[in-house]
Amino acid sequence: MKAQGRTLLQKDGTKTVLASLLSIAVGLAVGSLLVLLVGLFSDNLGLASAWEGIRLIFFGILNTGRNATGSLTWGFNSQSIGNMLFRATPLILTGLSVSVAFKTGLFNIGAPGQYLMGTMATLAIALGIPSTAMPGPVIWLLAFLGGALAGALWGCIPGLVKALLNINEVLACIMTNWIAANLVTWFFDATKVFQNTVENTKSSYVYKTAYGKTLVDGAWTYVDGNGVQTAKLGLDKIFSGSQVNAGILVAILIAIGVYILMTKTTLGYQLKACGANRHAARYAGINDKRNIVLSMAIAGALSGAAAALYYLSGNTEFYWHTYQALPATGFNGIPVALLAANNPIGVIFTGCFMSMLNIVGLQLTNLTAYNEFITDVIISVIVYLSAFSLLIKMMLSARRKDKPAADKREQDKPAEEVSVEKGGEQA
Amino acid sequence: MTFLIQQTLIYAIPLMIVALAGVFAERSGIINLALEGIMIFGAFVGVLFVNILQGVPFFHDAFASKSWLTLQGLELLAMLAAAVLGAVFSLLLSFASVNLRADQTIGGTALNLMAPALVLFLIRIIANQNTLGMAEGDAASWFMIKKSTFGIDRKTDLGFLGETFVNKVYLATYVCILLFVVLSILLYKTKFGLRLRSCGENPQAADSLGINVYKMRYAGTTISGALAGMGGFVYALTTANCASTGDVAGFGFLALAVMIFGNWKPLNIAGSALLFGLFKCIAASYDSIDINGDGICMLAKAPISSHVYRMLPYLITLVVLAFTSKKSRAPKAEGIPYDKGQR
Repeated sequence: MKAQGRTLLQKDGTKTVLASLLSIAVGLAVGSLLVLLVGLFSDNLGLASAWEGIRLIFFGILNTGRNATGSLTWGFNSQSIGNMLFRATPLILTGLSVSVAFKTGLFNIGAPGQYLMGTMATLAIALGIPSTAMPGPVIWLLAFLGGALAGALWGCIPGLVKALLNINEVLACIMTNWIAANLVTWFFDATKVFQNTVENTKSSYVYKTAYGKTLVDGAWTYVDGNGVQTAKLGLDKIFSGSQVNAGILVAILIAIGVYILMTKTTLGYQLKACGANRHAARYAGINDKRNIVLSMAIAGALSGAAAALYYLSGNTEFYWHTYQALPATGFNGIPVALLAANNPIGVIFTGCFMSMLNIVGLQLTNLTAYNEFITDVIISVIVYLSAFSLLIKMMLSARRKDKPAADKREQDKPAEEVSVEKGGEQA
Repeated sequence: MTFLIQQTLIYAIPLMIVALAGVFAERSGIINLALEGIMIFGAFVGVLFVNILQGVPFFHDAFASKSWLTLQGLELLAMLAAAVLGAVFSLLLSFASVNLRADQTIGGTALNLMAPALVLFLIRIIANQNTLGMAEGDAASWFMIKKSTFGIDRKTDLGFLGETFVNKVYLATYVCILLFVVLSILLYKTKFGLRLRSCGENPQAADSLGINVYKMRYAGTTISGALAGMGGFVYALTTANCASTGDVAGFGFLALAVMIFGNWKPLNIAGSALLFGLFKCIAASYDSIDINGDGICMLAKAPISSHVYRMLPYLITLVVLAFTSKKSRAPKAEGIPYDKGQR
C-alpha cells in the first residue's frame, strides 16, 4: 500500500517535470521562430544571422564569442556560467517568494516592490554603519536581515488588506509596487549621503556596498574596499572573470529551508490548508487571516532577501531613479515559481534556467543584431503555457497510461528534477 | 482651470475606456488581468501604423497642405488598427481561459509579460533604440485640433467652453466618449448585453436557456481586447506624444482599480475615471497647475515632495479600494472556467 502511494507520487512529480520541460521547449521554439521570421523579413538581416541567433538561444551559455573569421565559437565559458549563478541568486529567492504565496492561494505579483524595499533597507544599513564600528560580517548580517525585514513588512500590506478587507491581492500588490518605487527614489533623493560621488562619471547611482563609511581627516567619506561584500569562498577561482559569490549557496540553503518549512512543519501545513480551501481551513480551526498575512510576510522577506544578496555582493550598484520602472527580477520570480510548479527545490533549477536565459539575451545583444528582449518573449510563452499546465499534465498522463510505471522508480523526486532539468538546459 | 480640465481628461479618457474593456471581459466571466499588456501592444500597433503611413505620399502631402480632415482620418484609422490587433492579441487569453480552462490570472500575467517583451524586441529591431516615435513631426502638429485648424486666429477668445473643449484637443477623446456611451447602452439595453452579463453571473442557467457561453465569453474578451488596444494607443497619442516604449506606467492596472471602484457599472466607472484622472494629472503636472488663474502654482509651492504627488494615484487607489471593498459586487462567475458538466 505504501509502495503504491510512493509510485503515484513519483508519477505526479514526473509529469510535472515533463510538463515544465515541454513548456521550456515550446518557449524556446517560439523564440527561435520569431528570430527566424525577423531574419527572413528584415532587409539587413539574413537567414545566416537568424541561424546564429537560434543557436545562441539554445546554447548561448556555452558560447565563447567569435573567432577571427567571425564565426561563433563554443566551449566552457567560465564567465557566463559564473554570472549565471550570480544572477540566479536573487531569482531563486523571488521565485521562492512567489511560490510560498501561491501555496497559500495568493498571487504575489508584489515581489518587485518587496525587492525594492529590501534594496533600500540593505543599502541604508550597509552604507550607514561606519565600517570601523563593527566587524564586516556583522554589518553584512545586519544588512541582510534588515533587507529581509523590510521586504516582510512591505509584503504584509497586501496580506493585511486581503485578509481583513478582502481586497484582491493582485491589485494591492501592484499599487504597493509603485508606491515602493516612489518611496525608494524619494529616500535616496532626500538622504544625499548614499549617492555615489566618487565615480563622478555615473549619475543617479548609490555606492556599491564595497565602499565603507570611513572617518578620513575628521569627515565621513566612502572608501572603496572598506565596506562589506559577500564572501567568494573560492567560487571566483572556479568561474574566473565572473561576479559569482557565496550568495548562491545562501540562496540554496534558504530554498531547502523553505522546503522543510512547507512540508515538515505545522505552519507549512496550515499555510497550504488555507491555500487549498480557506473556508475549510477555518472550519478545521486554522486562523486563516493570520496565515494569509504570515504567508505574504514570508514571501516579502524572501523577496527582500533576494535584493539583499544581490546588492551585498559588493560589485553591483543600485540606480535609484526607479520610480518609472520596476525591477524585472521581481516579476521574473513568477515564471521561476510557475515553471518549478511551486516546489522550493525545483525553484533552484528553474532560477538557474531563467538566469541562463538572461545571459543568453546578453550574448544575443552583443554578438548578433537581435536583442535581449527575445528571452523575455520566451519567458512569457513559458508562463502562458504554465497557465494550463494541468491540461498538459492530463495530456501526458493519457499518453503514459499504457507504459509500465516501474521504469521511473529508481530516483526520488528532488534528484529526479536535478537530472531532467540539467538535461533540459543542455538540449 | 482650462489646463486642469484638459489634462484630467487626457488621463481620464484612456482609463475610462480601458476600465470599460475590463467590464466587458468580467461581465462575461473572464478576469482580464492582461489589460496592461494589451494596452502596451495596442499603443505599439497604433504608433507603428502612424509611423508607416506618414511615409505614404497621400498622408505626407495632406500634412504639408494642412488638410486636417485627412489627418484626423489617419488618427481614426490608427485607433482602428490598434483595436483590431488588440482584439487579436486578446484571443490568446480567451483561447487559454475558455477552451483550455486555464488559470485566468496566470494567463493574463503571461500576456502582460509578453506584450512589452515582444514590443521592445520589435522596436529595437525597427528603430534601433528603445522608443518608437512618429517618423516626422509630433502628435500636436499632426493630430491636435487647434484654433488654427479651423482657420480661427490664435488670439481669438472662444470663451471658457470653447477654449476647454475645442482648442488643443484630440478627436480621439471624443470618439472614446461616444464609444463609451454606445457600448454601455449595448451592455445594458440590448439582448446581446443581457446574454453577455448572464454568462458572468450564472453560466449554467444561461446555457440551459440556449445561450452559447463559450461564444459569449469570446465576444466579451474580444471586445475587451479591442477597447484596451485602442485605449493604449489613445494613451500613447495624448500623453506620450505618439511614442511607444513598451510601457504604459501601470495604466492597465489602474483601469482595473477604476473598474472595481466603479462597481462594474459604466456610470460609476466614468465618475471614478475622472477622479483617478485628476490624481494622475496632479501627479504628472503638479508644478504647472494654476487652479484659480492668478499665475501661482499652488501645488508646487506647497512644501510637499514631488514623490508624494507621483505616489498619490496608487496610494489613493489602495485607500479607496479599502473603503469600498465591502460594498463591491463582482460578477459571480468571474474567474471560474465554465464546465458544461458541472452543476
